[in-house]
Amino acid sequence: MSDVPSAGLTSWLTTTDHKRIGTLYFWTAFVFFLVGGLEALIIRAQLAQPDGTLVSAETYNQLFTMHGTTMVFLALMPLSAAFFNWIIPLQIGARDVAFPRLNAFSYWVFLLGGLFMNASFLFGAAPDGGWFGYVNLTGRQYSPGLNIDFWVLGLQILGIASLAAGFNFIVTILNLRAPGLTMMRLPVFSWMTLVTQFLVITAFPVITVALVLLLFDRTFGTNFYVPAAGGDPVLWQHLFWIFGHPEVYILILPAMGIVSEVLPTFSRKPLFGYTVVVYSGVLIGFMGWGVWSHHMFSVGLGPIADSFFAAATMLIAIPTGVKIFNWIATMWGGQIRFATAMKFAVAFISMFIIGGLSGVTHASPPTDLQQTDTYYVVAHFHYVLFGGTVLGLFAGMYYWMPKITGRLFSERLGSWHFWLTFIGMNLTFFPMHFIGMLGMPRRIYTYGPELGLSTMNLVSTIGAFTIGLGTLVFVYNLWRTRRHGEPAGPDPWGGATLEWSIPSPPPPHNFDAIPTVGSRLPRWSTAHPVTTGMPEPHPRVPPGSWWPLVAAAGLPIMATAVVAKMLILAFAGAAVLVIGIYRWAYEPFEV
Amino acid sequence: MSKNRYWLSLIALGALACAGEYPQSTFHPTSDFAGQLNGLFRGIFWWALGVFVVVEGILLFAILRFRRRDGGPEPRQVHGHTALEIGWTVAPALILVFIAVPTIRTIFRSTGEPPAGALHVEVIGHQWWWEFRYPELGITTANELWVPTGRPVALAMTTADVIHSFWVPKLAGKRDVIAGRVNRIAFTADSVGEFLGQCAEYCGESHANMRLRVVVAPDSGFRAWAVRQGAAPAPLDSGSVAWQGRQVFARSACIGCHTMEDVPVARAQIGPNLSHVGSRTTIGGGVFPNDTDHLRRWVADAPAMKPGSLMPPMVLSDADLDAIVAYLQSRQ
Repeated sequence: MSDVPSAGLTSWLTTTDHKRIGTLYFWTAFVFFLVGGLEALIIRAQLAQPDGTLVSAETYNQLFTMHGTTMVFLALMPLSAAFFNWIIPLQIGARDVAFPRLNAFSYWVFLLGGLFMNASFLFGAAPDGGWFGYVNLTGRQYSPGLNIDFWVLGLQILGIASLAAGFNFIVTILNLRAPGLTMMRLPVFSWMTLVTQFLVITAFPVITVALVLLLFDRTFGTNFYVPAAGGDPVLWQHLFWIFGHPEVYILILPAMGIVSEVLPTFSRKPLFGYTVVVYSGVLIGFMGWGVWSHHMFSVGLGPIADSFFAAATMLIAIPTGVKIFNWIATMWGGQIRFATAMKFAVAFISMFIIGGLSGVTHASPPTDLQQTDTYYVVAHFHYVLFGGTVLGLFAGMYYWMPKITGRLFSERLGSWHFWLTFIGMNLTFFPMHFIGMLGMPRRIYTYGPELGLSTMNLVSTIGAFTIGLGTLVFVYNLWRTRRHGEPAGPDPWGGATLEWSIPSPPPPHNFDAIPTVGSRLPRWSTAHPVTTGMPEPHPRVPPGSWWPLVAAAGLPIMATAVVAKMLILAFAGAAVLVIGIYRWAYEPFEV
Repeated sequence: MSKNRYWLSLIALGALACAGEYPQSTFHPTSDFAGQLNGLFRGIFWWALGVFVVVEGILLFAILRFRRRDGGPEPRQVHGHTALEIGWTVAPALILVFIAVPTIRTIFRSTGEPPAGALHVEVIGHQWWWEFRYPELGITTANELWVPTGRPVALAMTTADVIHSFWVPKLAGKRDVIAGRVNRIAFTADSVGEFLGQCAEYCGESHANMRLRVVVAPDSGFRAWAVRQGAAPAPLDSGSVAWQGRQVFARSACIGCHTMEDVPVARAQIGPNLSHVGSRTTIGGGVFPNDTDHLRRWVADAPAMKPGSLMPPMVLSDADLDAIVAYLQSRQ
């Protein structure tokens, strides 16, 4: 133990403790989740009636762009990252992640990237090209303002955070597992995290390249995407979706991992078909690379390409379906206890089935020609990303946050939160299937009464505000739990995995002695229980460091150089980054 | 004139009959192309509904049947079942075969290759309106596409600026229009009527206001329309209000963007061709009715009506505005 400050602002700014970084990720991402949710509520308020006048077309376009961008990059990915940080080292029996300072760097880059992107609101120039940023609309000719520059640079910064975290967690999971914790004994959440991080380190370079080309087009007058100069706008679509489809799995696989932990615990049964669930997760990771053009069926890529991507997309439904059957079989014959975490996990399965089935209907290119870019697609991916990812993340919060905070959520408030969210999301998104099939495109700030869709849109808006109410209940529950939550104890749910063998909250060094694992469910196994050696008298934990924060600060300064058109800032930012990394590299740092 | 009115009223009746409550519904196809898409969707939908009922049913049964009971025994620790797992891998694969085969058949049936004897129309997307050119008939119009029933229509589509997507749900699934490319769709309309559509690819500030309508007329009605659109501009009585309007038009900014057949200096192709603007039922990208009030406001200050409109406000006296409106309305 060294002189790591344990309280006060400095302790948070310099922390390299994975649990504290997880908490930073959680609160930051949760605030962005509220911001993205607020944007959604304004969108729904505008669409509550035909010919809505609450916001202008310009504002509306910024709102839906920032709603998508925020939810994907600033809320759901980093909320998953909060769980990676909190849980992975505990689940694999490690004292921290492999690179604690890089971990802090990832967080600070994420925070600063998110702030940079949202600073655009202060200049009235929030991104307005959609989260998919299709060129040539986002090229300089048609979007001359700073809006798209904020978006491009913000995403570049966030990509660095994701890449650094990706490498960190891959190395952590592969190298820091406790003795006896073989890969095929690894908890499914850790497995899905590993697959997710491989997708991150392979997919983010693609979007990085796409964004660099767009940045060059916009800033230096290159013509990668400019049709008049022989460039091709469709190139952007390919690059974006080669990233974008794996990104969908980056968003859903962690939630699938969470649910795969929650279901066995609350059913008192091991996960049914562990091997198949793991391999289907890996398979989804691979197949996720071969389906990107199903986002582009209306582009006119020709019948051969359409047929190939239709077949590939349908194939990916198989491992996904297998997971669902295995989850249901896990509950079959169990003693199911409906704590709030379990309610969210079961709702995850039931909503994900709907999202998966509507997905099959637009895996077929001809039917997709009627569905793409309509509210039907909005319904589909919200059943996957809200019904799937968000409900899965809530399940994870009720399941694991007692481990981190040491206090249990109120189950009564949790139940209110669950039912308001569950009913609200179905009110919001189910009518959208019909709204889309009856002819309402996405991304329109207004629609006429002649479409006959006014009532359904109003229902959807009421649903959205119901979700908002549910979220307020959760916020209150979070706040209340800090003071009044029941002490959780080390293992409130009777979990099978290592994190439940240590106190809640865990000490800075996590494990007094690194355990030895002899089975897949170490805490349930009577044949192969966890064994621990003598506690180490002075388990070492990483000391704090300022340098990750300093290095991270260089990136938004460099990005500001582009929007402010001040070259000197680019050099200043680069200098801060280099000095930060240099001092970091030569800092005495013992673990 | 009277003949056109006759056809219009017939079409309006037809529109009432088949538009139903949802004028942009994909469930009420009125062409072979939209019919194929709807048929395929129905097939997939029933499979999906079946799977939905079975799987959600099992899930619901499981959570009700296996709720924890006080004093219940510790559940049997089952780790898996190979035969079951193979079963639920193969079953979805088989269902997908039943979806994939008709899917691929439909893909190859709806490639958009122009059928023999088709009416060819060039579609050009603009921020935020649609241009239609009939190369065989020498007609250029905007936002209202006239086609005959029973004859294949072949659309060759591109854009003048950013990517848009042409979508008239009852007649055709969407196709993007992309700079440097020509995308094709073909359909044969089977019912007389007026069918609404709109741009489906986000294309900037007024994406929501990029609408269109397809007027499907009987063959004779379509021909009557084509004759009117191809006819020489109606002469104006010297000194009439409309005649004055033409003078104003010819010396105003209008000619910088629009083509007007009887104004020799007006040959620009940035905005819609106005030679027969009076015959159209809408203005402003299919958003506003083409009546005196809306037309006057539009000419005076288009961006106030349609956010981002590339047509700048016109600084004209009230008298000049009245004259221009009268002139535009006379261009039938």
